[in-house]
Amino acid sequence: MARLSISSPLDVRLLDKGMSIGEALAAFNAAHDNAGGVVSFLGKVRPDGNVRALELTHYEPLTLSGMEELAETATSRFSLEGALVWHRIGVMTPGEAIVLVATAARHRRDAFEAADYLMDHLKSAAWLWKRERRDDGWHWIEPRGQDHEDLARWQ
Amino acid sequence: MSVTILFLGPLADLAGEKEREVDAPLDWAGLIDVVGPEVAQQLELDRVNVACKGRVLADKRALMAEDSDEVALLPPVSGG
Repeated sequence: MARLSISSPLDVRLLDKGMSIGEALAAFNAAHDNAGGVVSFLGKVRPDGNVRALELTHYEPLTLSGMEELAETATSRFSLEGALVWHRIGVMTPGEAIVLVATAARHRRDAFEAADYLMDHLKSAAWLWKRERRDDGWHWIEPRGQDHEDLARWQ
Repeated sequence: MSVTILFLGPLADLAGEKEREVDAPLDWAGLIDVVGPEVAQQLELDRVNVACKGRVLADKRALMAEDSDEVALLPPVSGG
């Protein structure tokens, strides 16, 4: 099996299929052997309520370049050795991964904060639109007030 | 001589289609005219952005799209 190769320092992707979490983190870890710590966050489709599926759409000219810019900002703000920012698009079912963020830094605090920063921005400042399919059809998901408050912490 | 308007996210439901070809050139007043009242109402809100040729406009009311340009209507986002 070909080993997953990670681009360094930043690996930013929009994926239209499932991701192999273990392989991604192993490759990220291997790509950053100078880091003192690696933090990762995996966001999944919550298997609650009557949510049958979730769909994420993007806008090609803006979404990936916006995520790359975000990763660059996080890297300089938190002195990262590297970052991995992967986001799914398309249709997912409960339990599936939506987003994987990993940060590598000399010290753990920077890695933790950068992962938090990246996630807050992906939730409500990346060019992505999310809708859920419930028993009665599709519903668009608006950002919650909490998402905006989370984002405001960094301003 | 046409401009493509893309309706992203929930705006596609309001518009009843994902994209529409309209005559070029297209400015803000023209855009408001062609998208229908429901989408127009959304466009007037600050939280809805407009991109032209793949760039988000700092001032959407200064829109000036020419032949073969793509105009994307961007409602509030929700990722993660």
